[in-house]
Amino acid sequence: MPSEAAAPRQTSTRRFITYLYYRHTLPVRVMHWINVIALTILLMSGLNIFSAHPALYWGKSSYTGRPPLLEITAREDADGNPIGLTRIFGHEFVTTGLLGASAGPDGDLVPRAFPTWLTIPDSRWLSMARRWHLFFAWIFVINGLCYIAYSIAARHLARDLAPSRADWRSIGQSVIDHLRFKHPTGEAAKRYNVLQKLAYLAVIFILLPLVILMGFAMSPWLDSLGSGWVDVFGGRQSARTIHFIVAWLLVAFVLIHVFEVIVSGFWNHLRSMITGRYRVVVEAADETAR
Amino acid sequence: MKLHARTSRRRFLARSLGAASALALAGCDALSRTEWFPNVLGAGEKLSEAVHHLIAPRKAMAQEFSEGDLSPKFRSNGTAMPNSVQYQALASAGFADYRLEVAGLVEQPVRLSLAELRALPERTQITRHDCVEGWSAIGKWKGAKLGALLERTRPKPEARYVMFYCADPMEDDGTGLYYESIDMEDAFHPQTILAYDLNDVPLPIPNGAPLRLRVERQLGYKHAKYIMRIELVRSFEGIAGGKGGYWEDQGYEWYAGI
Repeated sequence: MPSEAAAPRQTSTRRFITYLYYRHTLPVRVMHWINVIALTILLMSGLNIFSAHPALYWGKSSYTGRPPLLEITAREDADGNPIGLTRIFGHEFVTTGLLGASAGPDGDLVPRAFPTWLTIPDSRWLSMARRWHLFFAWIFVINGLCYIAYSIAARHLARDLAPSRADWRSIGQSVIDHLRFKHPTGEAAKRYNVLQKLAYLAVIFILLPLVILMGFAMSPWLDSLGSGWVDVFGGRQSARTIHFIVAWLLVAFVLIHVFEVIVSGFWNHLRSMITGRYRVVVEAADETAR
Repeated sequence: MKLHARTSRRRFLARSLGAASALALAGCDALSRTEWFPNVLGAGEKLSEAVHHLIAPRKAMAQEFSEGDLSPKFRSNGTAMPNSVQYQALASAGFADYRLEVAGLVEQPVRLSLAELRALPERTQITRHDCVEGWSAIGKWKGAKLGALLERTRPKPEARYVMFYCADPMEDDGTGLYYESIDMEDAFHPQTILAYDLNDVPLPIPNGAPLRLRVERQLGYKHAKYIMRIELVRSFEGIAGGKGGYWEDQGYEWYAGI
């Protein structure tokens, strides 16, 4: 929207200047959207794979004498209709419609762990879900490695993501601001705030590597890379459980991320992740001082 | 006026985004049902196989466990009792008439009874069985080393794969006998055994009596149960669906290390 660039605007007695700031470089934008596609497909094909054995355990195997931590199953009511059940730590919940039993292809309730609209492919099809998952796992890993390399080389990591000393000092204020949905304006809006930086760093350097590593731990071939390395994480079934939990933590991150994008200027953020340009509004006095 | 144009453009964009995601999902399902797209996706698993073979030595050993890790009952999956008159006759006689045939691209084909198999060099290992569905069970296996058995038959240099033909029909009408295959390097891996004991007792029928393959470091469907005949071959061409195994013919990967 070049027409908006540097268009002075009169608001009461104060003068504001709006201009477009080049916020996200092309590589970051491209890698961001590749990540959106890859993680969406990984989640949805992963839920299809999970549906082949919808139970999670802690330990080296599934059959240790201890019950599963989580189990999604179904039983039939008196009329033969399926009732979806979710058991967590021994507590049973009826989750018909979402977990355990949901609408099948012809609209009738059928036993299935996750509903069709959350899985790729829509039907229970383990071999195909594995193809989607293991193909997009490579896209995701290669994209992630490119991102790390770029972020170091182009100083994106040091300049935009690493919290400064001032950031660390403002952490308490940032928490309060977030709770009030108050967001930086003017020149400050050009930079990530400290909670945002920490959230991105935790996702990039903790959650994403962990979900990949737990994927490796589920591969019997990669388990032979070092004897018993999987036991560091509690064993293969624990690794599968961690993989599942981290996947949902990533979903939680995405929900918060999208929420913050919406409340702090959805279209401005969306444009900046597509064209790179982010609209900044500053008081005229600031502008001249800049 | 300009503001109005912007709002309607944004509403249009938001609706397009919603419609595009619904279309994209339907597209994923349509692509899954084409001939060509699953093959494109299959490139991912081919790449995994190549990388796995690059980083983990072919002779790397699968983790072995202690007695305390044993699953109380080793789960049986798939066939629990082969729907075959011949197999059930063998089973009711305690497999006294069972003979394992090893043939194909070998100089010296053999036929071995269970007693002869038990006389071969053996190995006992407590390993984890990982099913493609996601569950794992730990069992103690004792069996004849496949490498030692194959050495006796003197494989021809052109032999590339070891086929395992089983007694269990996968279709209700008694057809679709289970079969599997591994390559020569896995066949000669020290942990690759033809197991005849599970948890110190003769292999139960639900777990593949009288003989099942253990090819550690690969998923459960490679571990063929009810093995009747072993054949060394050059390729899978002309064998059932041509993909090297029953589940491979149904779309699962031949390399099951992931």
